[in-house]
Amino acid sequence: MSFLPYAIAAWLFLAGLYGIVSSRNLIRAILSLTVVQSATYVILIAIGYTKGGQAPIFADIPQTSKAVDPVVQVLVLTDVVIEATVSAMLLALAVQAHKRFGSLDPQKLRALRD
Amino acid sequence: MSRTTRLALFGVAAVGLGAVLVIGLAGLPAFGDYRGVYGHVLDGIGVTERHATDLVTALNFDIRGFDTLGEEFILFASVLGVVLILRQLRDEHQHPNQEEVDEHKFVGASEALRALSLVLIPVLLALGVYIVVHGQITPGGGFQGGVILATGPLAVFLAGRYLRMRIVAPQVVVEIGDAIGAIGYGLVGLGGLVFVGVFFKNFLPLGIPGHLLSAGQIDVASTAVGLEVSGAFLVAWSEFLDQTILVRSRGES
Repeated sequence: MSFLPYAIAAWLFLAGLYGIVSSRNLIRAILSLTVVQSATYVILIAIGYTKGGQAPIFADIPQTSKAVDPVVQVLVLTDVVIEATVSAMLLALAVQAHKRFGSLDPQKLRALRD
Repeated sequence: MSRTTRLALFGVAAVGLGAVLVIGLAGLPAFGDYRGVYGHVLDGIGVTERHATDLVTALNFDIRGFDTLGEEFILFASVLGVVLILRQLRDEHQHPNQEEVDEHKFVGASEALRALSLVLIPVLLALGVYIVVHGQITPGGGFQGGVILATGPLAVFLAGRYLRMRIVAPQVVVEIGDAIGAIGYGLVGLGGLVFVGVFFKNFLPLGIPGHLLSAGQIDVASTAVGLEVSGAFLVAWSEFLDQTILVRSRGES
């Protein structure tokens, strides 16, 4: 049971990759990339978890309480920001690709085929 | 490469990658058996050293403040990238009669939806400000609060008034907010350099843990980031909305 969170991360990573490879639509490929990235959230949070640990917010729990690692949570926050920015850039490129080639199918983009 | 070949190739590679991932992850300590030292040290000293009760924000804007500078400029640069990619190309033009577009596109927005989104705007803005300034006490901070702040003007768009949204949050103001937030965060770091000799060292009075004005620079840094994030999201959103609403290729009406 203790391996389950890691297995979920590996599964998300591979499922997302499959989505990118099999996509017939650029928007779907970009969404699949966000699935790949969400694997890193799961793995980071899982690594920082300590049994019986509370959230590292000491506003209403004693300062000596056992808490989980806050560093990985900050890394996840960074990760979310990066995911948002990468998606925004890729979606903007998809908009321009659709304008130029009239299609979102990666197979039909001339620049990629030649 | 045909689709079938690509999928077959991926199948082979995925089996290999999956095996390596499982072997690698199986070597990690069991879930819940945390072996790191750093996390526990930070949990122990966060409140006493920084007077912040939310350690995630304390790490983000103080202990790892320098990393956040990079993170913040990634956001800034990528929004610049979006603006650059979605610029008006030579064969495009903005719709001549903007008011007409407004009326034409959103006939569907009902009176109830408009009223509701008007009610939502102050609520969203208040929630955003609350999340930004209470980051050092409870979960929140500049990044989360900034996104909520940006949804305020977006509610005007939901009400079917895109061009009105551009009046509530004009592009110039939003861009300046984005830039001031980005610079402001850098200035907080420089403040540490000037007043206590170390870049991003907390140089403001720490106050009492749990109070609004506590944890020194964290609140200031968080506010700067909140401003930058809300500006950045609004710039990106309006660039995308411009594409669907205002920009037309030659030939289309």
